[in-house]
Amino acid sequence: MIKANAYTFKILRYDAKEPGSGPCFATYRIKVIPGLTILAVLIRIRDEIDGTLAFRCSCRSAVCGSCAMVINGKIDLACRTQVAIFDTDTIILEPLPNFEVIRDLVVDMTPFWNMYEKVQPYLIRNSPTPEKEIPQSEEERKRIDQYVNCMLCACCYGACPVLAREPDYIGPAAAAKLERFVLDSRDERPAGTLDVFNDEKGVWACDTLFRCIDACPKDVRPTDGIVGLRKAMVKNRFQKKLGKTKDEA
Amino acid sequence: MLDHDILIVGGGLTGLRAAVGLCGRFNVGLISKVYPVRSHSIAAQGGINAALTNNPDSRDDSWEKHTFDTIKGSDYLADQDAVEIMCKEAIKIVYEMEHWGCPFSRFPDGTIAQRPFGGAGYPRTCYSSDITGHVLLNTLYERAVAKGVKIYPEWFVTALCIEEGRCHGVVALDIRTGELIPVRAKATFFGTGGYGRVYQHSTNALINTGSGIGMAYKAGAPLKDMEFVQFHPTCLIGTNILMTEACRGEGGYLFNNQGERFMQRYVPTAMELAPRDIVSRCIQTEINEGRGFEHPLGKYIQLDLRHLGSEKIIERLPGIRNICIDFIGIDPIIEPIPIMPCQHYSMGGIDVNERCASDIRGFYAGGECSCVSVHGGNRLGGNSLLETIVFGKLAAQAIAEDLAGGGALPDEKPLLNLKDEVEQKLRRLAIPGRGKPYRIQAELGAVLDEKVGIFRIRGEMEQALQKIAELKEEYRNVGVSSTARYMNFELINALELEYMLEVAHTITLGALLREESRGAHFRTDFKTRNDGDWLKHTIARMGSDGGPVISFKKVVITRYQPMERKY
Repeated sequence: MIKANAYTFKILRYDAKEPGSGPCFATYRIKVIPGLTILAVLIRIRDEIDGTLAFRCSCRSAVCGSCAMVINGKIDLACRTQVAIFDTDTIILEPLPNFEVIRDLVVDMTPFWNMYEKVQPYLIRNSPTPEKEIPQSEEERKRIDQYVNCMLCACCYGACPVLAREPDYIGPAAAAKLERFVLDSRDERPAGTLDVFNDEKGVWACDTLFRCIDACPKDVRPTDGIVGLRKAMVKNRFQKKLGKTKDEA
Repeated sequence: MLDHDILIVGGGLTGLRAAVGLCGRFNVGLISKVYPVRSHSIAAQGGINAALTNNPDSRDDSWEKHTFDTIKGSDYLADQDAVEIMCKEAIKIVYEMEHWGCPFSRFPDGTIAQRPFGGAGYPRTCYSSDITGHVLLNTLYERAVAKGVKIYPEWFVTALCIEEGRCHGVVALDIRTGELIPVRAKATFFGTGGYGRVYQHSTNALINTGSGIGMAYKAGAPLKDMEFVQFHPTCLIGTNILMTEACRGEGGYLFNNQGERFMQRYVPTAMELAPRDIVSRCIQTEINEGRGFEHPLGKYIQLDLRHLGSEKIIERLPGIRNICIDFIGIDPIIEPIPIMPCQHYSMGGIDVNERCASDIRGFYAGGECSCVSVHGGNRLGGNSLLETIVFGKLAAQAIAEDLAGGGALPDEKPLLNLKDEVEQKLRRLAIPGRGKPYRIQAELGAVLDEKVGIFRIRGEMEQALQKIAELKEEYRNVGVSSTARYMNFELINALELEYMLEVAHTITLGALLREESRGAHFRTDFKTRNDGDWLKHTIARMGSDGGPVISFKKVVITRYQPMERKY
């Protein structure tokens, strides 16, 4: 429900090139109607009030993952969040946590992409490639469903309490991506490729507080992936002791 | 100055596929104004066509039948040799994407699942529930990471450098630092996407301004068939988010306010699965004749999925359901979806051949920004994802062939001159007290919607041309709030707007000149197709006075003689 004709938007503004001026909230009064999204408000502010406001956006339909931010304390995509859902007519917008801010609501995603690349996020196979598709049952395909839905928006990364204290932690999105391939019936990555994540900065760092699951706009459950990877690693260790690992097979 | 053998502009499916094909053999750089996975390819929902014959109802399908459906769907304006190549290649590239890890939905026998789509004789659309673009783009990005493609994310190309019939490269703006960088390349490939945002109501992402098309045109590359604009029949009212054709492919109905499945009156055999141009006109006619529903966000028609049952909707169309719940508060399991037609796709684009080569040496284009032409007057659903990957691959092959002898880097002088020009433009835009770019963009979108839409007529298009001329004049006094060049998105909007105006101009002039109705181009003053006079492509070049000059090009006919297009 809309609470007033006009809402107050407080946006945390900061410019890394002008660190002296420090982060501070800028306040805007904007007329609202039912159905109006946070992204539409941001665009209106940039167009009509303050052209210097920086934020990312692309699809405006919750599929591209550009516009993750903190909206009244909760991490979500600006494009799918309507102003009317809050119990107040004041809305506070802040950049995604656990990242360096470049300008206003734009954060430096480099560490996120570095972790993504580190897990070798692609199908790895040794078997000869068939002429047609590699067969996969409906059940096998379903197994990776939730991980396939990930759009790399980094909501989970921003929500993760472990990353707040341990920036070298692999993080929920990269772990979920790794599990997406480990669980894929077509993937043949050697068991040893998981070893790099088999430590306190890898999958064992997770406190299983499920903040990533709360934050995900696509109902992905990164914690499921982390738990799955832990199981796979333990299993690999036993198999290694018994002298039969995927590496040597 | 940055040097590459090959510079690719655009991080969507076309650009990534080209990069993957060339990386390793050449020094390749890929510039994208967003992180590649944010590209608009991500939003494609329904699927990608290939005659795999996996569906029990498609055992007799073949690439030849796919070719015929595509040509008929194009209203015979597509170049038939190019369509043959695309449909033959379709089978290979779908298997290739699968081998690279693409998680397609599966049939019980473990093969790639296929669903029916509009204008197709057989169910040949391969899919991954309703996120096919998402899975394809992620798979190609993963492949690009695996191959170590050099990517410049969040760089915006400001201008293309062509001199004496030779492409030299581009001048790019690093959005993060604000630095202006000339990039020199032996070959430059554009996979910069469509121009949906030239219209006010579009399913397209906000980044789809068509600036790549306008930039190529301004630099001297010709554009082809710009008047052919696809209006998708089923877009959510208000936000205009796409409701995939798969909604109808899976069995969804369209109803007017009389509770009538009105497609029965127009196309009794194909019904809701007639091609998009036809269904859009039927919906617009129903609305215009008072049989639409009223809503504060506009008049609409109902897309009803309820009879499919919750299980099928949740399994096959989960993304659609989420969008409806998030954006309009409607669960399609319980209520019909309010839809209207709006701009969706650009059939026209940079004039290239089936190798993606333009007539400018060293300049190539593929995907939605280009016009090969494989879609002619109307694109079939499921052929757009197909085009992006097929022609990304074929462009890579063509460029590799053309650079096989090594080839010298072009002269850097024209690039340095162009950089100075852009520099001056940036300074001009930062002079205080000028008009804001968003107003011009809003007026441009409104006039195209209103006067160069689904139904077109001479008088209105002449008014549109007049308005575009006025907006171009206003653009000369446009400016931005800040002189800072880094993270200045208002500045990027202002730069893109110049190219949007050019694109709109070519669309409107092409539409005014083409005095017939063909595919998505429908003239209420010339209601039939006229093969005698108009079975030809329009080619728009920028003339000496800055306006477009239109010439014509022959359509390539191989095996399929033009017939009346009936469904």
